[in-house]
Amino acid sequence: MSANREDRVDFVVNAAGRRVPTIVNGQPARPYAGVGAPAPDGPKHGPPIRSAADYPENGDKRVPDLKTALERCGLRDGMTISTHHHLRNGDRIAVAALQAAAELGARDLRWLPSASFPCHEPVVDLMESGVVHHIEGSMNGPLGAYCSHGHMRGLGVLRSHGGRWQAIQDGEVHVDIAVIAAPTADPFGNADGSHGPSACGSLGFALADSIYADHVIVVTDNTVPFPCVPWQIQGNNVDFVVEVDSIGDPAKIVSGTTRITRSPDRLLIAEYVARFLRDAGIMRDGFSFQAGAGGIALAFVGYIRQMMIDAGVKARFVRGGSTSYLVDLLNEGLTDYILDGQTFDLAGVRSIGEDSRHLPTSPFTSYNYHGKGNFASMVDAVVLGATEVDVNFNANVVTHSDGMLLHGIGGWQNCLFSRCTILALPSFRDRIPVILDEVTTLTGPGERVDGIVTERGVAVNPRRTDLLEALEASDLPIRPIEEIKAEVELLVGGPPAKPRLEDEPVAVIKWVDGTVIDTVWKVPQPTESG
Amino acid sequence: MSASGRGEAGRAGDDVRGDLHVAVELADAGGLDVQLTSRVKSLYGASIEQTARATLAGLEVEHARIRIDDKGAVPFVIAARVEAAALRAGAAPGGDGKPERTVPDREHSTRNRLRRSRLYLPGDQPKLQLNAGLHRPDGVILDLEDSVHANEKDAARLVVRNALRCVDFGNAERMVRINQLPRGLEDLDAIIPERPDLVLIPKTETANQVAEVDARIRETLGEPADGDPPIWIMPIVETALGVENAFQIAAASPAVVALTIGLEDYTADLGVQKTLEGDESLYARGRLVNAARAAGVQAIDSVFGDVGDEEGLREWAGRSRGLGFEGMGCIHPRQIRPIHEAFAPSATEIEKALRIVAAFEEAEARGLGVVSLGTRMVDPPVVLRAQRLVHVARQAGLIEEPGS
Repeated sequence: MSANREDRVDFVVNAAGRRVPTIVNGQPARPYAGVGAPAPDGPKHGPPIRSAADYPENGDKRVPDLKTALERCGLRDGMTISTHHHLRNGDRIAVAALQAAAELGARDLRWLPSASFPCHEPVVDLMESGVVHHIEGSMNGPLGAYCSHGHMRGLGVLRSHGGRWQAIQDGEVHVDIAVIAAPTADPFGNADGSHGPSACGSLGFALADSIYADHVIVVTDNTVPFPCVPWQIQGNNVDFVVEVDSIGDPAKIVSGTTRITRSPDRLLIAEYVARFLRDAGIMRDGFSFQAGAGGIALAFVGYIRQMMIDAGVKARFVRGGSTSYLVDLLNEGLTDYILDGQTFDLAGVRSIGEDSRHLPTSPFTSYNYHGKGNFASMVDAVVLGATEVDVNFNANVVTHSDGMLLHGIGGWQNCLFSRCTILALPSFRDRIPVILDEVTTLTGPGERVDGIVTERGVAVNPRRTDLLEALEASDLPIRPIEEIKAEVELLVGGPPAKPRLEDEPVAVIKWVDGTVIDTVWKVPQPTESG
Repeated sequence: MSASGRGEAGRAGDDVRGDLHVAVELADAGGLDVQLTSRVKSLYGASIEQTARATLAGLEVEHARIRIDDKGAVPFVIAARVEAAALRAGAAPGGDGKPERTVPDREHSTRNRLRRSRLYLPGDQPKLQLNAGLHRPDGVILDLEDSVHANEKDAARLVVRNALRCVDFGNAERMVRINQLPRGLEDLDAIIPERPDLVLIPKTETANQVAEVDARIRETLGEPADGDPPIWIMPIVETALGVENAFQIAAASPAVVALTIGLEDYTADLGVQKTLEGDESLYARGRLVNAARAAGVQAIDSVFGDVGDEEGLREWAGRSRGLGFEGMGCIHPRQIRPIHEAFAPSATEIEKALRIVAAFEEAEARGLGVVSLGTRMVDPPVVLRAQRLVHVARQAGLIEEPGS
């Protein structure tokens, strides 16, 4: 299945002007062809037909341990094993599954996490020892460094949450074995994330794998007798259930409290974003918005909340990353619903478990681009971050300005389809300007970015003449993006030097439709100063 | 130059951002050997080295070993730290290590401009200075006094001097709080050529101290050309003696535009507790307002110390306005808006003042000696107060100008 990264591949220049490989890990890859390019023909991918005759009639699919489960799933060299990040940095199951595979002697596995975290650092050793061939999923910290410096044998593939669903559904990635960590499950494999000692909220990230994988293993530390309700994962898709002492560290799964930023600059940015929504007329009765759990996004929710109260309007729905701040809106009657993709704090977990107006969603309902529409495009405004933007409103969320992998795409690309996409970011970090002539790594095309809000002012995409017109009477500091860029460069001593990158790909960035929008290049190992 | 001294400056440590640590070791030969570690090395390594070399060239240091541990500092900070380290190592003073000026020239502030909020910025913490103007205080104070450790006075002076050349504080009035005299006079030598708008003199107790500062400024700059405003002075009264001399202090120089009070030191001098209500300083503050008025300058209140207590701040500021103060100090950007709101005349006040001013103008136009509003006669002082209120409201942007 996987060719080595060193294999010669051809490059083409895609519709965004980026040089991308045409073969990724031995499979042909389509270059990005622009927003809204036609989908490939053909049916969706299908898992093999199974028979109830092969599963216990009493519904008890429990096996003693992960090793047994993997063995009975027919684990072989070169298979794809998927895991999910709803336990975030508290996850104990991904590493346990890969280590169990290692004990069974498997090699050259493709690991398909929905995202990786610092707790997954042991996978570096598994790559070194040949058990894992490469990672297709977000990489940061030690894994990001391993990939960025060119140590991984295959190309990393970074996909959005919606893009991961699309890739699995379209058959671009065939999942051999999905390992799903479940805060609560019954012996049949029905599983839920909103209850149990390791409760995390929504299990949406694991849904595609449960439907399309050849084999599905549910791992839980909280078995309940059938039926486990609600069942976010259907036991009818599950092969085996494994009971363990603990699937994760609750303290690292959700934070006790999520905290608003205290930085005056970031608070100013958050306030500008809220005023943008208000002044542009987006904040009106029945509107909707999405904001994540970053410091600026949380502060934004605080400001928009007050503006909603002052104006006497409420939202029809808000989308999270849910936090106590969104839960407060729900409890105060300022929104009818929370549509939740990922639950960040205890208040969020409690709410999704108890309040029927707080609904778990999945990348399918929210984000999948190869579906009959999705929720993301129906959201009136979304507040996102970015590492870099450029004067054409293109944005980078995956690499640092020095080229190192820093961050996954998450739902970021998918959210660009909202009616008004706002990137809220400081105009410089340390000394590094955020607005460049050209982003280091293209993650989202500028035509889908409507506003860039910094502490120095608000740049509105000139394509959005409607927004510019709506904001004419606003006293927000609306400025051309070039002007903000020039002001920052004056302060920080000019634009940064282009990072020195080697002409060797280490990863590709997929667009929401599975095409390759950009390539991540090898970063030379740092040398000692001289 | 023959030297082998060693000097360090700046900040080191994992939590440092936007600053750097520099060690300079002067040598007799070998040129400049720059060793750099930086979190932004691949992006700005060459630029950092160039800034260091240019600064040392300006100081006429030709041979030295320089070790830089940079945490994403902007160029003017790098220049200030390199200069401080070199001077501490024994480089000859009198060189020119100043970075190129990048802030646009702007008009000097006017005598009676709004001074509702003035944001204190520790002189030795450049990171806090970079975006301070974006929070739109009426003034920023680059502080060389209490917020700077005694061992860092020389380094802070360089940071502040460079900030005045390289940081755009927007429409904020650019103020510097110098150290107590006589050290403050040395501060002036470094700062005044950069033409800040205003100098704050801490712990002022006599008119003489104001005159001393005034003279040193004139010495450095020469007499201002006709029509050019001088560098303004705001004495800070912080002792019982200062309060007794408040009028003489306020009247000591035509450059004095405002008089302010420091309550931490004042209450310490009195030996009383500083309270949330401020009864213990009521006399001093009332006396200060009166002295300022008598001398024709603005009276500005102290700071409110609890950044987290917005309600307390609003109450304090409201009482402060009631006493006759026109503004306060801020120790955090989040205090700016509550202060602006508290010192703003209310809509009712503005409306009433506008009616009085209109009635006055109408009476003037018709050659009437008596101004009347409806059936009531309006006394001249009432007109004066209304005019002043309208002036303040206009500066604060609270009155919609016709045609704007």
